[in-house]
Amino acid sequence: MKTSNTSLNNITQLKEGIRDGIPIGMGYFAVAFSLGIAAKKAGLSPFQGFLTSALINASAGEYAGFTVIAANAPYLEMAIITLIINARYFLMSCALSQKINPDTPLHHRLLLGHVITDEIFGISISRPDYLNPFYSYGAIIFASPCWATGTMLGIIAGSLLPGRIVSALSVALYGMFLAVIIPPSRKSKTIAVLVVVSFMLSFLLNYFASVSSIIANISEGTKTIILTVVISAAAAIIKPVKQEEEQNDA
Amino acid sequence: MTHNMYIYIFIMALTTYAVRVLPLTLIRKQVKNQFIQSFLYYVPYVTLAVMTFPAIINATQTPVSGLAALIIGIIAAYFGAGLFKVAVSCCFIVLIFELFL
Repeated sequence: MKTSNTSLNNITQLKEGIRDGIPIGMGYFAVAFSLGIAAKKAGLSPFQGFLTSALINASAGEYAGFTVIAANAPYLEMAIITLIINARYFLMSCALSQKINPDTPLHHRLLLGHVITDEIFGISISRPDYLNPFYSYGAIIFASPCWATGTMLGIIAGSLLPGRIVSALSVALYGMFLAVIIPPSRKSKTIAVLVVVSFMLSFLLNYFASVSSIIANISEGTKTIILTVVISAAAAIIKPVKQEEEQNDA
Repeated sequence: MTHNMYIYIFIMALTTYAVRVLPLTLIRKQVKNQFIQSFLYYVPYVTLAVMTFPAIINATQTPVSGLAALIIGIIAAYFGAGLFKVAVSCCFIVLIFELFL
C-alpha cells in the first residue's frame, strides 16, 4: 500500500513539474534560438546543435563551448572551460544533495544531476520539504525539447533571417544572463560590485587584446577562465561568504 | 590541427555531466572550507558578467544598439522581469534601434 501511495505521489509531482516547466521551456526556446545563431557561427550543423543542447542543457556552458569550437582550440581547453563555466552547477548539485531524502537511491541521484539547470534548480530548491526527483524530471521533460529544438531552429533559420532580426535575436542570450545576475545584485551589494568589476575588467582585457598582439592570441574562452578564476578568488578572499547567507541566496 | 566536432561535443557533455552529478552522488555533507565555498558562490555571477560585457556590444550590427540592450536588460531584470521578458526586451530594443539608426 505504501508503494502505491508513493507512485501516485510521483505522478502528481511529475505533473506539477511539467506545469512549472512550461514557462521555463518557452523562455528556453527563445534563448536557444539565439544560442543556435552562435552555434552556426562556430560551424555546427543543425543536428550537431540539437545533439549538443539535448545532451547538455546549459546556456552559458554551451555558449562558451561554441567559442572554443569557433577558435578551433585544443580539446583540453574545452574540458577546462566547461568545468569552470559550469562550476555553479557543482554548487547547485551540492545544495540539491541536501534537499533530497538521504535515502534517495543512486539512479535518482544520477538522473537528477543531469537535469540541473539554473531555472530547474531554482524551482526545485524552493519546493517544500524533501525534493521529489520526479518534480524536476517533469520540468525537464518539457523544457529540454524546447531547448534542443530552439537551438536547431536557430542554426537553420539564423541564416535565412534578415541581418536586423538576427542582430536583435542574438542579444536574447545576454538578456538571459542579465536576468540571472541582476536580481541578486539588487539584494547583495557585494554581488553588485562584483558584477560591475567583472564588466570593467572584461572590457579592459578585450580592449588590451585589440591593441596588443600577445593578448589578442588568447582565445575568448581562456579570457573567460582567467577573469572568472581571478575575480572570484579575489572576492572569496576579500569578502568570504557566511554559510547562512549562501543558503538563503541559493 | 582541425578538431572533430563530435569529440568536442562529447567532451562538453561528459564534463558538464560530471560537474553536475558528482556532488549529488558523492558529497553528502556541506562543503566546509570557506574559501572554496565563497569561490563557488561567486563564480556564476562573475562568469555570466564577463561573458555578457563587452560581448553584447559586439553581437549587434551597431554597438549603440547592443549598449541599449544591455541597459534595458539591466533595468528590466532589476525591476523583477523574468528570464523570458528580459530576453525579449533586449531583442526588441535592438530591433527598434537598428530600424531608426
